[in-house]
Amino acid sequence: MSAALRRFFLLSPALAVILFLIGVPLCLMAWVSLLDKGGTSGVDWSSAPSSANYVRLAWEEDFDGTMILNTSYLVIFLRSVSLAAVTTVLSLAFGLPVALWMASLSRTGRDIMLLLITIPFWTNLLVRNYAWLIILREDGWVSRFVNMISPWPVQLLYNDAAVAIGLTYSLLPFTILPLYTVFEKFDWRLLEAAHDLGATRKRALLRVVLPIATPGIVAGALLVFIPCLGAFVTPALLGGGKTLMLGNIIQMQFGASRNWPFGATLAVVLLAIMLVVMTAMALWRNRRTA
Amino acid sequence: MTQASSPPAVSIRNVAKSFGKGIYAFRVLDDVSLDIGRREFFTLLGPSGCGKTTLLRLIAGFETADSGAISIEGEDVTARPPFHRPVNTVFQSYALFPHLTVEQNVAFALEEQGMARDAIRKRVGEALEMMRMGSFAKRKPAELSGGQQQRVALARALAPRPRVLLLDEPLSALDLKLRKEMQIELKMLQEEAGITFLFVTHDQEEALTLSDRVAVMQSGRILQMGPPREIYETPTHRFVADFIGDINLLDGEALPGGGVRLEGGTVLSAPHNASGKVTVAIRPERARLAPAGEGALEATVVHSAYLGTAMLHKLDLPGGGTFLLRQSDPTEAAPEAGSRVGLALPAEALRVLDR
Repeated sequence: MSAALRRFFLLSPALAVILFLIGVPLCLMAWVSLLDKGGTSGVDWSSAPSSANYVRLAWEEDFDGTMILNTSYLVIFLRSVSLAAVTTVLSLAFGLPVALWMASLSRTGRDIMLLLITIPFWTNLLVRNYAWLIILREDGWVSRFVNMISPWPVQLLYNDAAVAIGLTYSLLPFTILPLYTVFEKFDWRLLEAAHDLGATRKRALLRVVLPIATPGIVAGALLVFIPCLGAFVTPALLGGGKTLMLGNIIQMQFGASRNWPFGATLAVVLLAIMLVVMTAMALWRNRRTA
Repeated sequence: MTQASSPPAVSIRNVAKSFGKGIYAFRVLDDVSLDIGRREFFTLLGPSGCGKTTLLRLIAGFETADSGAISIEGEDVTARPPFHRPVNTVFQSYALFPHLTVEQNVAFALEEQGMARDAIRKRVGEALEMMRMGSFAKRKPAELSGGQQQRVALARALAPRPRVLLLDEPLSALDLKLRKEMQIELKMLQEEAGITFLFVTHDQEEALTLSDRVAVMQSGRILQMGPPREIYETPTHRFVADFIGDINLLDGEALPGGGVRLEGGTVLSAPHNASGKVTVAIRPERARLAPAGEGALEATVVHSAYLGTAMLHKLDLPGGGTFLLRQSDPTEAAPEAGSRVGLALPAEALRVLDR
C-alpha cells in the first residue's frame, strides 16, 4: 500500500465525519435557501432555485408591485451583532481579572476555581436562564434593591440589558478558560524584567502582559461572539420576545412560520457574518505576528 | 577602589530578610552590611540558598527588606519600587520579551524613559553594536541561540546606562566554552562601560577570575569580603577555605604560644592566636614532597595524576584522611604509588582557622 493511500485510509473516519455531518448538511442548507416554502414539510423541493429569499431580507413587494426597503430584518441583524459585541466586551472585562487572579493561585486553588467555573455547565442552559428571570423580575430582591437606590424606576427584565447580562453570564467561562491557559503559562519573570526596565505596573500590563495574552484574548472573544450571534434561549426568555436576535427569527422560521427556505437563508447569512469576523481576526493576527 | 569623597555605588546597611511566617519563617539574610565602590566588579559568591540572589533582588527592588537600608550612590532607595531605581538586571533566564524583536527589547527601557525616537534608535544601535548583535536587530528572541540571547539581555540592561548593573548568575545556562568567552567579554565590557557590576554566582572560579572584590556568603551572612587573592590565600573561615579551590584541612588543637597538635598527635609549627579546636588549612600547591622521614608529616602515595602543567598526588595520612599535593613541575621525578613520603609544610603557607 502506498503512503498516500495509507494516509487516506487512516484519515477516512475523520473525513467521513467532516463530509457527512458538516459538509453535506451545509450544502443542503444552502440549497434549501434558494427554494420556495411549501406543503407540510416546509420546503417545496420541486420549485426552481431563485434568490428571492435573499431579496426578502431587505426588500418587500408593495401593493402596487414595486420593491421597497424593509429594514426590520436589518435591525435584527444589527441588534444581534451589537449585543454580541457588548457581551464580548463585558466577558473580557470580567474574564481578564478573574483569569489573571486564578493564575496567581496555588495548584489547589486553581483546581477549585476551575471546578467552580465549570459547575454551571452541569445545569441546563434553560434552567439557568429561568434563574435569571427570578433574579431580575420586578418583585425580585435585585430589582427591589436597585429601585430603592435609583431616583427613577428601573426595569431590569425584558430589554437589551437583560439579554446582555444573561449572555455574559452564560458565556463568561468561555473567555476565562482560554485566558487562564495563557496566564498559567505566563513567565512572571517578564513582569519583573519590565519593572526593572522602568515600566510601572500599568505600563507593564499594557506592554508585556496584554500583548503576550493576545492569543487568549482573541480565542476568548471569538468563543463568546459567535455563540452570541446564534443565541435564542436567552433573548427569548430574558428579552421577553421584544428583543429578537438572529437565533430567534431562525428558530421561528423553522418552527411556527414553517418557512424552512427563509430560515435557511437567515442561517446562511449568519454563517457568512461569522466567517467574515473570523477571517478578519485571523488576518489581523497574522499581520501582528509577521 | 572605593572613593572616599563620593558615596559608594551601593551601600547596604544591616539588611535582614525572612521568607514565610511564624514558625515556618526562614531567615534568608541575617544583618548584612556592605559597600560597593564605583566602577567596581563586585561578586556575591556562595552555595545555593546562601542568600546571594535574595540580596541582589533586594537591590533591584523585587523584594523588600524586613529591616535595614539600601542606598545607591548616596540615595536611599529602600522604599522605592524597581521601576524607580537606577539599576538594571541581567536575569539568569534572560527574561527577554518573546513578543518583541531584539531591537524592541533593547529599546524598551528607553521608551519608558520617554526618550526621543531618534535618540532611541541611536542608543539601541550602539548597545547592539557593543554586544556585536547589530545584524540580529529584527529577530525575535526565540530565533537566537543561548549565547546570543545572553548578549541581547546585556545590551537591554546596559542601554539605559544604569548606575549599577546587577547580574544574577548570567552565565550558568551557557556551555563551558561559551562561558569562558563570555567571562572575558563581561570583564572587558565592565571596564569599557565604566559601570559598577554586582555579579552573583556559585562558581568560585568565575568569581576569582572576574572580580575586583568577592563576598563569600553562607546561610544569609557574609563570611569574608576582599580581593580574590586575599580570599584564596588568607581565608578567615573554614567554610571559605573549603568552598574556594582545593585545600587540605587538618583538624587539631591549638597549643598556647603557637603550634597545633593534630589529631594524629603530630605537632605542626604554625603561627596563630587561636585556642581550642582548630583546623590547619594548606593549599595543595603550597605543600612539598620530602624524602621519607623528613618533613612535618608522613604519608603514603595513593595515586598520582598527570595534569600537563602539574602533577596532582593523592596521599593517605597515617591518622586517616587524604591529602592533596600539587607538584608544579611535572618533569620532576614523581614518587611511586604505595611509597612512603614526607610532607614539607612551610609555616607561612599554613592557615589556622577556628572550627
